[in-house]
Amino acid sequence: MQTATETMLNIKINGKELQAKQGETILDVAKRNNIHIPTLCYHDDLCLSGICRVCAVDVEGQRLLQTACNTPVIPEMVVNTNSQRVRKARKMILELLLSEHVGECTTCKRNLNCELQELASLYGIEEVRFKKPEEKRFPIEENSPIVRDNDKCILCRRCVRVCEEIQEVEAITPVGRGKETSIGCLYDLTLDETVCVFCGQCINRCPTGALTEKDATKDVWRAIEDPAKHVVVQTAPAIRAALAEEFDVPPGERVTGKMTAALKMLGFDTVFDTDFTADLTIIEEGTELLTRLKKALVDKSDVSIPMFTSCSPGWINYIEHHYPDLLSNLSTCKSPQQMFGALIKTYYAQKKGLDPDSIVSVSVMPCTAKKYEADRPEMTDSGYKDVDYVLTTRELARMIKQAGLDLMEIEDAEFDAPMGISTGAGVIFGATGGVMEAAIRTAYELVTGREVPFENLDIKPVRGMDGIRAASVTITDPSPEWSFLDGAEVKVAVAHTLSNARKLMDEVREGKSPYHFIEVMACPGGCLGGGGQPIPTAPDIRKKRAQAIYTEDDCLALRKSHENPAVKQLYEEFLGEPNGHKSHELLHTHYTEKSNW
Amino acid sequence: MQRSRLLSPICEYTELLNRAFSYQPQAIVELIKDSGLRGRGGAGFPTGLKWDFTAKAEGKKKYVICNADEGEPGTFKDRVLLLESTDKLIQGMTIAGYAVGSNYGIIYLRAEYKWMLNDLMNKTDEMKNRGYLGKNILGKDFDFDIEFRLNAGAYVCGEETALIESLEGKRGEARNKPPYPAQEGYLGYPTVINNVETFCNVPYIICHGAEEFKKFGTDKSCGTKLFSISGDCEAPGVYELDLGSKVQDMLDLVGSRNTKAVQIGGAGGATASEKDFDKPICYEGYPPGGSIMIFNKSRNMVHVLRNFMEFFEEESCGQCTPCREGTKRLTDAVIRIDRGEKLNDEEMKTLLELAEVMKITSKCGLGQTAANPFVYIYENFREDF
Repeated sequence: MQTATETMLNIKINGKELQAKQGETILDVAKRNNIHIPTLCYHDDLCLSGICRVCAVDVEGQRLLQTACNTPVIPEMVVNTNSQRVRKARKMILELLLSEHVGECTTCKRNLNCELQELASLYGIEEVRFKKPEEKRFPIEENSPIVRDNDKCILCRRCVRVCEEIQEVEAITPVGRGKETSIGCLYDLTLDETVCVFCGQCINRCPTGALTEKDATKDVWRAIEDPAKHVVVQTAPAIRAALAEEFDVPPGERVTGKMTAALKMLGFDTVFDTDFTADLTIIEEGTELLTRLKKALVDKSDVSIPMFTSCSPGWINYIEHHYPDLLSNLSTCKSPQQMFGALIKTYYAQKKGLDPDSIVSVSVMPCTAKKYEADRPEMTDSGYKDVDYVLTTRELARMIKQAGLDLMEIEDAEFDAPMGISTGAGVIFGATGGVMEAAIRTAYELVTGREVPFENLDIKPVRGMDGIRAASVTITDPSPEWSFLDGAEVKVAVAHTLSNARKLMDEVREGKSPYHFIEVMACPGGCLGGGGQPIPTAPDIRKKRAQAIYTEDDCLALRKSHENPAVKQLYEEFLGEPNGHKSHELLHTHYTEKSNW
Repeated sequence: MQRSRLLSPICEYTELLNRAFSYQPQAIVELIKDSGLRGRGGAGFPTGLKWDFTAKAEGKKKYVICNADEGEPGTFKDRVLLLESTDKLIQGMTIAGYAVGSNYGIIYLRAEYKWMLNDLMNKTDEMKNRGYLGKNILGKDFDFDIEFRLNAGAYVCGEETALIESLEGKRGEARNKPPYPAQEGYLGYPTVINNVETFCNVPYIICHGAEEFKKFGTDKSCGTKLFSISGDCEAPGVYELDLGSKVQDMLDLVGSRNTKAVQIGGAGGATASEKDFDKPICYEGYPPGGSIMIFNKSRNMVHVLRNFMEFFEEESCGQCTPCREGTKRLTDAVIRIDRGEKLNDEEMKTLLELAEVMKITSKCGLGQTAANPFVYIYENFREDF
């Protein structure tokens, strides 16, 4: 994207004199002035592509129409976004796209949230003058959490660009040429056979229903309706900060209580909070980090530093494919979802006197890679499948709508005890930098006996949306057990999106990384921008979701994981000690190398 | 009107290069501007201006690329130049390098011309050995070398930005403009891309000056041009003619009688019917690509059109909607017509509207011209429909 500088110039759009900045495009200026120009291949997160051509406008003196998304403004430019030939071209292009878009709107998951449908309606496409194929041309690919129906694809390539630019995974690409073009993978492989990490960012960028998540709602309904089953649900921290968007509420609205109430009304027997195991993760992972540091500094033994977080399953898939040589740097902690799953069918079952076999463990996640993670063969340490079904935020919204509930009108309810009790440290797991912040709050206090020296416990350097953020904490006057850390400057870094993770990983691989601890989240903004979150997504939307998450943290009485009474109780009653035998059995795991193509 | 500037024997290297190096680089740019030379690939962009933009663009490196991806249906004139005027091409590229401040030349050769690659490489090696390419050419402290790259067979890679994408190892697809190659071209560096024939005109201009060059041609179409003439005529072949020559004169020259249609400028060019044969071939008249295809009265123009449309449908890169879907829809319709189906007025109206939309909204020259034969042939040869 070109950077706009502050040199101002005058242009005219539809007869209106407007001020524009040098470097802006026609579309930028139009948007700022509430002049609607239709777009399909354009996306706020992505490089300009200029291929759908639906944003073509008339520019005085130009024989051809110019695409607003990628035409920079020049002084005295005169633009008409509504000339006869613009209207004709726009309609024709939409008709051409519709003629190749095969599928019923009424049975599509994106019905009423489809950009093609919206434009067709807005520009009054009453008939498509070109014949549509009578039958489906592509099989639906559904052997991974990402379902692809190429019959609905309009070749805008937003999925390709997000995979390439934001994630640098490059699992998907245009295949074939001309009318044979389709979006696919190398050698016609299916996604599960490629380096795809199932982050689902492609789904969030898809303007139509060509890319969707694999649906689990039917399975979950069946479980709920089975009286022999005890259905437990856990909800990730990022859900509460975004779910309302599915109900036409502007981004940034927290609906923790309404969500909890809705889950109860849907018929889940117990509603827990993944924040609980987020707190638990901090205890386990924090202990692991300090143990590694001790091994390195005191025992001088061969231990991999920096340590990487392991909460983000898209990131786990990525490191397995691309940096398998660094797997020993990865924390052995399972993600909060999987820790939860393992505890539900052991600790919770025992506590409640339930047969684990009768428990159905459901999670609501902002993530499609979580579906893959739950199906991993590693994730059966409870003796059962630790998490049976994973719903995305979008799927939960569909269930709430199917049940006829109006989310915003429901009265708040509380999570169930004990695994519904959590702290602000658990909540911020939903934002990039949150795991790091939570870890620092606890680790520093564990080592020094004092609170972190940041105002109001807010560790600002690791917050925000910069791709990579670094911070350091100097340990002074530690308790005797940690005396070896006296004066140590612990350096940490946070990366979100896999392209940023790659930069940090390359440093580690070259032996040049200055850090001790690195947090990686696969998705932009962290889980709040996950592939299972409401559509659309954009930098602004993610910022608002982040605000909601940090506000929730701010409102809570307990904001440090080690202060979570339910977690303390869990150690006393069941686990024993952090990183102890039982923890290792249930809460830790190891990952394995995968092919890198 | 028939000339032999381009096809004439070469200027001697030492003399030519010494003469070129006696100018300041910017003076060469000005000389080319003065000559009125326009790109010989078909679009006709003023060459001097292109060089000027590249010369003035900032970059750690610059590239001079020769577009030898001669893929326009019915054109084979660059083949003749590559075989018989290799020296002029090398000279032209070297002088372009000197003028714009580039030390790297790349000849992007059509995949189907792979058979001439060895000879071409021998030639550049020879010139390197003789000190006309490589380091410190003629002791003038100017380095310029030429390497070869092969196209993989896509027509669209003749479009300059698709060519660059292809050179970079990506799918051959047109880029957004701006930035133009002169600002950000190959690997992001300022790049001059010219057709084989454009470069081959440069030595003549250096040797004889701009005025002499302009002696032939018209005001806006200076010099001579090679035409690949094929089809229903007695003497098909490559001809060097003044720009501005009339269609009829050309037909007489090659012995074409009973002519029904002349396709000027390739598949996306114009289809002239008898009433238009007195028009000139130049930027003021029928834009001169390299290709002239002649069809006599025994030919059904719908068959011809079907051939063109199937070509475009096959060669559309598939990225932009109007070209990808438009070529497909037009081809489907033309196949139906060719099979004898009569389309109703409403359908024809839709197709003409589609043709117009393809022209004004497609991303690159391919899509912008792909509907031309449909419109021309429908307008000029309606009886065949």
